[in-house]
Amino acid sequence: MKYAFYPGCVSRGGTPELYTSTMAIAGKLGIELEEIVGASCTGAGVLQEKGLKLGDTLNARTFAMAERLGLTTILNICSTCQGVMAQANQRLLADADYLAEINEELEPEGLEYTGRVVIKHLAWVIVEEVGLDALKALVTNPLPGLKAAPFYGCYILRPSSALGLDQNPGREQYLERIIEACGAEPVNFPGRLKCCGFPILLINERNSMKMVADHTISAKEHGADCMVTPCPLCHLNLDGQQPNAAGRAGRKIGVPILHLPQLIGLAMGFSPKELGMNQHIVSTKAMVEKASVRA
Amino acid sequence: MQANLRVSRYDPEAPEPSARMQDYQIEVPEHFTVLDALIQVREEEDPSLAMRCSCRASICGSCAMRVNGQARLACKTRLSAVAAEGEPVTIEPMGNQRVVKDLVVDLGLFWNKIRAVEPYLQPAGDEPEEEYIASDESMQNLITPMGCIMCGACVSDCTALEVDENFLGPAALAKAYRFVADPRDGASHERLQTLNEYGGVWDCTRCYMCVEVCPVGVAPMDRIMELRDSVMNEVGVTTPGARHVESFARSVARSGWLDETMLAVDSWGRFNIPKLLSQAPLGLRVLVRGKLPLPWPFHHKRAGAEFVGRIFKRWESRKQ
Repeated sequence: MKYAFYPGCVSRGGTPELYTSTMAIAGKLGIELEEIVGASCTGAGVLQEKGLKLGDTLNARTFAMAERLGLTTILNICSTCQGVMAQANQRLLADADYLAEINEELEPEGLEYTGRVVIKHLAWVIVEEVGLDALKALVTNPLPGLKAAPFYGCYILRPSSALGLDQNPGREQYLERIIEACGAEPVNFPGRLKCCGFPILLINERNSMKMVADHTISAKEHGADCMVTPCPLCHLNLDGQQPNAAGRAGRKIGVPILHLPQLIGLAMGFSPKELGMNQHIVSTKAMVEKASVRA
Repeated sequence: MQANLRVSRYDPEAPEPSARMQDYQIEVPEHFTVLDALIQVREEEDPSLAMRCSCRASICGSCAMRVNGQARLACKTRLSAVAAEGEPVTIEPMGNQRVVKDLVVDLGLFWNKIRAVEPYLQPAGDEPEEEYIASDESMQNLITPMGCIMCGACVSDCTALEVDENFLGPAALAKAYRFVADPRDGASHERLQTLNEYGGVWDCTRCYMCVEVCPVGVAPMDRIMELRDSVMNEVGVTTPGARHVESFARSVARSGWLDETMLAVDSWGRFNIPKLLSQAPLGLRVLVRGKLPLPWPFHHKRAGAEFVGRIFKRWESRKQ
């Protein structure tokens, strides 16, 4: 299965271990990735504050580039990119005149978006196209006893109409299903569908850190050894800012935050180092020992 | 069908008041809503169950409550749509507000925030002899915010309010938009100045929770994003939130992708030395782990960045 791969800005910047771990597991899963070279940022909801049409034009450019590669499914590894692209695609497909206006902006680059692109996050591709049975068959190093709390990230869940959750209600449970397929135990906790606080980290740090503390402490109190997220922006806040949040909360937290492909990679037998887990801010050592994976 | 309801109960007059869950199994017709089922419980099983409801037709906004963890109008939610095989339907009072009894919350916080945005027209100049005139086109974008039924569902599930009660919240900000965007209002500039402050438009996390739970399609977050653009245009780029947007746009327009490090520096303020110094330990930790994204001028351009820059230029010239 071949996909137009959109790595997003953050897997090429602040969380390079997401890129590394995605590449590590993709081949084993039979996922062939052709990167959309030259694709721009989706806008991440921020450029959309200046105007939806600006963001939609940038995303239509990326969709047209995927079509030029002869591919119709874009594979994302970021909840935010997934949500922003899905919303842009929904608007573009809903109004032929709007799409034509936007295509005029792409014309100087020789691009045209014809509306054939489907946008899927890696988690969706694994469950809906690779299949959980196929994933289980690739698990050589199951993670029994490891309790993992899923943390989805807003944009892979909401707005549900743009993300096809009405047609695919199971998407709200895919992380749990993948965690189970890896032989680990999913932990249910109140924050799993909430905001990590990253969008306001640079705007209202106090509120952002309260969200990090609330979610990580809650996950820990519900028994989690680690949290798992399909969103690198959530990772930046929950992992990168966890010491800051812990300091403000006046207590130790120490909950490792795994990117989704890292959890899968551990179950497939990759070493933590091969998955870039040595690049985390919060140590993954105790969790790795508990999961009995090779160091 | 059999309805298995797990309802949150709270009696403030109990010797030691605390919330507890109570299960009810009742037989109901297939077409019943959650509200129909609760009313049946109250009338036939347990008259002590307290809830608010009135019109039963999604108009009055009285019966907002959390069903399976998400704020909904009980009268607009079919029981069969939320009942999973073998699982009870969980019904709790709205969040972010003080519970008075069972499913009834104190709406004081909600109304205080609505009042804080001065939800009435403040026209400038002399009163016209007859009515104020507004064109059809100028009122089109007010239709959705004017549809708000004040149910409080968005306030219940707002993730920013959950951590900071000072935030105006989605309902009040959507209401503020309704007056800022009204061509008859003469106080838009002052309103936007207020909304630019702490607790205003920049404290929204853009989590889409309010968009998801609003039962009438007001999409408060989308209105907040429009207010942010108005604030930047009318009041200026004076806050970390506004600088965040401008820096983001600058880096994507220049290189095609996000300059994460410069985004942080610009948002705090390039000359905010105490803040920049305070981030040194994190910067060092990230550097040691080999993942500090190099900022401008080392942030490389992506292939075709000139075409991205062109899209920005054309968009800006059209906007002006």
